[in-house]
Amino acid sequence: MIRRFHTLLRHEIGHYFWSPLTYIVLFFYLLLTGFIFHAALTVLNANPSQYSLVEAFFSTVFFWFGFILIFPLITMRLFSEEYRMGTIETLMTAPIRSGEVVLSKFFAAFFFYIILWAPSLLYFVIFELKTGAHAASAVGPYLGGYGILLLIGMFYISIGCLASALTSSQLVAAAVSFSLITILFFMGLLSLALNVNPFLRDLTEYLSAIEHMMEFSQGLFDSRPIIFYLSMTVLTLYLTFQVFQYRRWRN
Amino acid sequence: MIVEKLTKCYAGTTAVNAISFKVNKGDIVGFLGPNGAGKSTTMRMLASYLPPTSGVATVAGYDIFRDSLKAREHIGYMPEGVPLYQDMRVNEYLKYRAELKGVRGRRMKERLNDVYELCGLCEVQKKPISVLSKGFRQRVGLADVLLHEPDLLILDEPTIGLDPNQIRQMRELIRKLGYHHTILLSTHILVEVEMTCNRVIIINHGKIEVVDTPQNLRARMQISGQVYLEIRHNTPKQVIALLETLSGVVSVDLVQNDDEWCEFRLQTTHDPREAIFEMALKYRWPLRELRRSQVSLEDIFADITHAEEI
Repeated sequence: MIRRFHTLLRHEIGHYFWSPLTYIVLFFYLLLTGFIFHAALTVLNANPSQYSLVEAFFSTVFFWFGFILIFPLITMRLFSEEYRMGTIETLMTAPIRSGEVVLSKFFAAFFFYIILWAPSLLYFVIFELKTGAHAASAVGPYLGGYGILLLIGMFYISIGCLASALTSSQLVAAAVSFSLITILFFMGLLSLALNVNPFLRDLTEYLSAIEHMMEFSQGLFDSRPIIFYLSMTVLTLYLTFQVFQYRRWRN
Repeated sequence: MIVEKLTKCYAGTTAVNAISFKVNKGDIVGFLGPNGAGKSTTMRMLASYLPPTSGVATVAGYDIFRDSLKAREHIGYMPEGVPLYQDMRVNEYLKYRAELKGVRGRRMKERLNDVYELCGLCEVQKKPISVLSKGFRQRVGLADVLLHEPDLLILDEPTIGLDPNQIRQMRELIRKLGYHHTILLSTHILVEVEMTCNRVIIINHGKIEVVDTPQNLRARMQISGQVYLEIRHNTPKQVIALLETLSGVVSVDLVQNDDEWCEFRLQTTHDPREAIFEMALKYRWPLRELRRSQVSLEDIFADITHAEEI
């Protein structure tokens, strides 16, 4: 079973790299992360503050903007394309399990997500080499910042998978995942924008991705967001599995 | 394969209505029916892709529903239209499918070489699937199906969309495969069934109408048939009246009448050709053609399924 999963995973990752869209996305993301880094540097140069470069990097508006946009793009084709092309039929008549299919697509998307963000590490390395100053005071902010980035990413990718499994239209899948992710994201912003009653404010702060990122990129460790993202990912993937099975049965 | 009362209902309609049949090892069974008869639905159920609403089917002793994984190991299923990943090369695709089915290492290399040769894919190994013609894609689909050496091949309309040459090659291939595999194929091209299958199952509106061999089916209908007669005569009506008096002749139609040569078509219940010859001799009709037209499977099919006017 592990072998089959491994085969499926390799195939899914390869699928990413056959598609020209992938390279376009990679290119633009590279530009974007470079731009974010530049923006962070500019802000810090203008008003020196106690934020580290790593913190600034993860909190600019451009960062969040780019962050939200990527998920529909990398997940919309995962299931939808197979439904539409009919290859789901040849896939499911081979001796494999539905769970293996769902997990392999998820992990392939996650792997791609890692590749998207990995080059940004280079910027910090170059910064330190060039200026001799530290982008962050210790290793903590790096681990925290990138760690929570991966966790939030895991959750949002699973939402993208769910959206893709629901429909054979890539466009609809993209729209659904974009809507869901945006809603989740903005729920977190509520705490900053509105003066709601304290309970709601606490709740939204608890769920806020921005809050989480701010904490973690300072190097603070908080198990609650970690558990939150891990458990929500598992739940959403389970839902995706059920949706996938349901589509088979209903047909 | 044993199928018992297999049923598939969608909201409101019954696509497949309690069908039962057996396929023995070594059979090549043709699943015949008009479009919408339930052929594809049945095949999808047998391939473990669709769950049946009720009924049981077993392949090699494994229930397709309860032991789906094990059953799938013995089945090679090629869906209609042969969906393939366009961006992959032929060898990449087949390697991937082989691995998925648990065919690895040296066995994989052997199987790949075997199917390349069998399906004539040696030259297009490195080509991406998107540049292949339909005929070649069908062959890739067939190669995929053979990789894990399944006992049973289920082919849904394997020659659809192919040109006459490709169709011939595909049929040849299927016939060859029939020596080593049990095959269940669906089609609405009757000639195909006659040429490749040793058993025919005719399905219509989700129910099985006939299960038999092509020869038996034809024999059933051969008793009644048609005879064509071409003679020279000025007044065809007279000829018709006379012919109709012969025993065994049900009706006579004038099909063509140019110059003075008239062509008649006679519906007969048994062979009246000798009587016709005697009659022609008696009335001294110049006779140019006298032939019996074989009842084709098409006629049998139309008769059985009461083909509606389009």
